[in-house]
Amino acid sequence: MRFFSESRIFLVVSVSLYLVMKALFAFDIISPYIQQICLYAVIVALTAIGLNVIYGYTGQFSLGHAAFYGIGAYASAYLTKILAIEGVLPFIPVLVFCGVVSGIMGYLIGIPILRLRDDFLAIATLGFGTLVRVFLDNSDKFAESLGGSRGFVGIPRITNLELVFFFLVFVVIITRNLIHSRYGLFWRCIKDDELAATSVGINTTHMKLMAFTYGCILAGIGGALYANLYSFLHPSNFDILRSIDFLIIVIIGGMGSIMGTIYASIIWVGFIEGLRIVLPAQVLDLRWVVIPLLLIALMIWRPYGLMTKRRR
Amino acid sequence: MKILEVRDLEKSFGGVKAVDRISFHIEEGEVFSVIGPNGAGKTTMFNLITGLYRPDNGRIIFLNNDITKTPTYMLIHFGIARTFQNMRLFSNLTVLENVMSSLLSKKTYNLFSAVFRTKRYATSEKTAEEKARGFIDFFGLSGKEDYTASSLSYGEQRRLELARALSTQPRLLLIDEPGAGMNPKEISDLAETIKTIRQRYSVTIAIIEHQMNLVMNISDRIMVMDFGEKIMEGTPQEVKKDKRVIEAYLGEEME
Repeated sequence: MRFFSESRIFLVVSVSLYLVMKALFAFDIISPYIQQICLYAVIVALTAIGLNVIYGYTGQFSLGHAAFYGIGAYASAYLTKILAIEGVLPFIPVLVFCGVVSGIMGYLIGIPILRLRDDFLAIATLGFGTLVRVFLDNSDKFAESLGGSRGFVGIPRITNLELVFFFLVFVVIITRNLIHSRYGLFWRCIKDDELAATSVGINTTHMKLMAFTYGCILAGIGGALYANLYSFLHPSNFDILRSIDFLIIVIIGGMGSIMGTIYASIIWVGFIEGLRIVLPAQVLDLRWVVIPLLLIALMIWRPYGLMTKRRR
Repeated sequence: MKILEVRDLEKSFGGVKAVDRISFHIEEGEVFSVIGPNGAGKTTMFNLITGLYRPDNGRIIFLNNDITKTPTYMLIHFGIARTFQNMRLFSNLTVLENVMSSLLSKKTYNLFSAVFRTKRYATSEKTAEEKARGFIDFFGLSGKEDYTASSLSYGEQRRLELARALSTQPRLLLIDEPGAGMNPKEISDLAETIKTIRQRYSVTIAIIEHQMNLVMNISDRIMVMDFGEKIMEGTPQEVKKDKRVIEAYLGEEME
């Protein structure tokens, strides 16, 4: 078994990055608020990698990624609250379980909708995203503690630096191994030409479903880490706009680039949250003028993303 | 021995009968050509055989298995491979990846092996790559393994598509208009390639083609189609002389 092969450089870099972050956190060099943003950026990266597998590699346009992120978040919030979990170790099985719950939802939704293509698939995933949002808004009718549109409060704060780093490293290596295997090759074949993929013997339905489920598992884990980082959830955090955030990250990072997605997540979160600190409160909303302009500029000059070189 | 048998195959699109009760068979080891004017239903018939369309009626039997309802992706595992009229390569993938895609689509290793990089993964990938390089070499594309398929010339892309189809070592290879857009020199090279493929890989070949000199040169038997119907079937000599074929191609004589 060579699980870590080809990932040595990545491991060295991430471990040293972890040590630097740990030092910064431990000596209170950066404020708890910024610490939280750092963790959040890693969580976003993890979730965006899931969307990159679905969209960047397999070419299945999804506007519902935030819904699966939300499912993971609410599942984890509910479980950690009723089970009164506080430690990191008992939290790990909950995280994995929340990933699986999201994955199963993705699988079940994927069976009917993945036979659709491009824009039709986008509408269908958008519909599912809206459905989840509406469900979460009314969730207090099913279980009082879910909070409905008032938001879910009092979630135990468990997510820490070690946990997010461990999951990110783990997910990156698994994803990379998958991408470099026959499954990754099939995904890219499907993105390129689905009909040709079928005729070279690839079970395209099966492979699309697999990519979608895997992406949703990552979203579920990301959501669970998120819920137990902020200890408060609101349905508006999981609507279409959040899905578009993930989509933008995948596109900025370059479709089909894992490292690009990580950089783009850090830039994206850093930019939005960073401007919140730098800009005075009166002009804070100018962010939503600056960011779209930058996106337009990016699409004109670097349509394949910041990190991907122009193709031959 | 019959390798493929088609019985009373029918397919309509709206009111148009694209394939109208066609029956024929292909003998193992032969080169069987299908000719006919544009819109005669030749490609539709290939699409029916490979499961891209479902027939309204009729049966398709491959080596005693009824494959009428078999999904397309399974056919390569039965031993049927094809190429397309307007080429369908994975244009953003490299030449090597294009050939490996079909080789790895056989059950080589599972998800566990892929994630944990087991020995099985390493050996399967290695044998597939070696095999792919062999085919790339045979089709004169060596040195271009890492080029994207879209960067190849037209003729090279045609050869790559053949390499990808042949790499799974099918029993039956369906080739849809390989000579389209080729000059006479390329056509005669193509005829040689097809002859070599047939001998070297002992594969049965069914081919749709418009270039008469190519068809007459390589075929054992020819089937002629027009307006979805089978007009006749016979050796190249018989087809050349047949009045109905001449009519279909050149039009009826004016009285």
